[in-house]
Amino acid sequence: MSVLAAVQPSFRAIAATVVPEAGTLDAGGWAELEGIVEQALAPRPPRLQRQLVTLIRVIEWLPLLRYGRRFTRLDPRRRARVLETLQNSPLLLLRRGFWGLRTLALMGYYARPAAAASIGYRADPRGWAVRR
Amino acid sequence: MTAVVERSYDVVIVGSGAGGGTVAQALAPLVRGGRRVLVLEQGPRFDDEEFTGPELDMAGALYADGGGFLTAQGTMTLAFAHAYGGSTLVYTGTSLTAPEHVIRGWGVPGLEHADLLRRSQRYLTENNVHLLPAEEINDNNRLFVEGGARAGYRVEQFPVNVKGCRGSSLCNLGCPNQAKQGTNRVQLPRAEREGVDVVTRAEVLRIDPDRSVAVRVSEKPAGGKGRPGEWTPGDYRVSTRIVVCAGGAIGTTSLLQRSPLALPRAVGERFTCHPALILVAEHARPITNDVGHPKSYFVDRAAEQRFVLETCMYFPFTTAKALSGFGPDHSRVMRAFPRLQMILVLACDAATPGNRISVDDAGRPVVHYRFTRETVSGLVEGARASARIFFAAGAVRLHAPFADPPLLEARDADLVNERITARHFTEGKVAVSAAHLMGGCAMGHGARDSVTDSWGRVHGLPWLRVADASLFPDSLEINPYVTIMALADRAAEAVRADAPALLS
Repeated sequence: MSVLAAVQPSFRAIAATVVPEAGTLDAGGWAELEGIVEQALAPRPPRLQRQLVTLIRVIEWLPLLRYGRRFTRLDPRRRARVLETLQNSPLLLLRRGFWGLRTLALMGYYARPAAAASIGYRADPRGWAVRR
Repeated sequence: MTAVVERSYDVVIVGSGAGGGTVAQALAPLVRGGRRVLVLEQGPRFDDEEFTGPELDMAGALYADGGGFLTAQGTMTLAFAHAYGGSTLVYTGTSLTAPEHVIRGWGVPGLEHADLLRRSQRYLTENNVHLLPAEEINDNNRLFVEGGARAGYRVEQFPVNVKGCRGSSLCNLGCPNQAKQGTNRVQLPRAEREGVDVVTRAEVLRIDPDRSVAVRVSEKPAGGKGRPGEWTPGDYRVSTRIVVCAGGAIGTTSLLQRSPLALPRAVGERFTCHPALILVAEHARPITNDVGHPKSYFVDRAAEQRFVLETCMYFPFTTAKALSGFGPDHSRVMRAFPRLQMILVLACDAATPGNRISVDDAGRPVVHYRFTRETVSGLVEGARASARIFFAAGAVRLHAPFADPPLLEARDADLVNERITARHFTEGKVAVSAAHLMGGCAMGHGARDSVTDSWGRVHGLPWLRVADASLFPDSLEINPYVTIMALADRAAEAVRADAPALLS
């Protein structure tokens, strides 16, 4: 069962703030990214999955207080400010929560073979034989 | 409900890594004498062609929680493998012997450095440990040597235990060329040839006072890597005379804690782990970094400044996670991947009250860890030293998690001490991970302050032994697998010596 389905637009906005290149992904790319994240979440306890969804919802609605708009309606600069607030929060709980969300976004993006290739990562089991 | 299957062995070894694999080989002579020896390994046995390289596939197959096992505080991830061969599948094969001052500092009665060294040398030979020739050293390592020398550090080469290394750089995801001489390649196959039974996918749930172990053999998940277990999936009760625990610091300690045994109170204490940071720097031109052995050199400042620097090269997601921050600056560093030099900073933490292993209500391990001021200082000093080495090697830009902002340009090289400070170490913001998990069943004087004697005999339970890194009463300050093998060799010798009495 999908964990992200209920918060997909918010998750995509967060992921594209963490990794700006994610914003250029097509439907197939997003499906691959979210598939990786779902696979990582599947074995985790339901309580943790619920906490993640709650955090994403908090991030979606928190900017109403400061900017009068939801996260998904903000421009990239303001989205980054919201996430920086969480990253630098005096509360360990919030920092940890954002850390986990950031980790999932990075995993979903950079664990895709296309992303690894796009940054020039070329490790090959054949090692030196294919590089000399 | 399926009935519990009864089995009987003379000796049961729990775990098959550096500790368990060593004990299995060393106790194989008992099999020739008509005794039955069993190794129980929680993870699967992989076929050679299953080490394919993709980061998430391999990390998910090899590591507990995919390598992301979190401490109770949620501020550090711990990496340890579940597989035939244990964590020897995922190390880089760096083979150092225990420093004399560390063993002396442990103060374990009956444990002499000379004895550990003698045993270590045997395994260095057995595992083909040697220095890689210059032509196999990549730019990432060469720049560390050059930068280290220019910055005034003593750079040493790691002896490594490889045979036929092709330079895939994928050591931490399991060698695709079977070059690393871990227990999966050397000690376990020998033990099996001599008649030791190894059962994989076999989790030991507990050890009972009647000297039986409760075991659950799990099914191979559909589509997963690894062979099915050697026993039919289900629950087993294995009666035995001697149990040797070698499931690693976390596995052994949590197993003892969920077992209804009269154990010393010190079980779980004295956990240390060499908390580590990955630092990256950008060069102007591409360098060879994701090809070649990744970890060929180190700088040992443990005694003076409580850190060790090691060359390293990680994979895209692991690297992305290690960088602090997010957004365009983060992406810019990632896009520089072919030009990145990497250094791993390891802090030599000390056993500290409160840093310990426990189990939750379901018997799962929980690791409690708080960073002491000394540990943070080790990380900061290590990050500063890395910065000096990077810039001395010609890096144009450096990413330091303890700096704000984290990017330092070459023109800032003189400001390293001002920019990289403990003030910027914020738990839950900086990616700290650890792979050298030690302690939990420490050797020592007696049951009041330790769990075993220097031969791995659990105080008060002569039939119960420990033979892995959980024996360390404090940080080893270097990569631990050779010392684990030496201690496991001692534990096996004690088992052989005590076998006539315990098996009668």
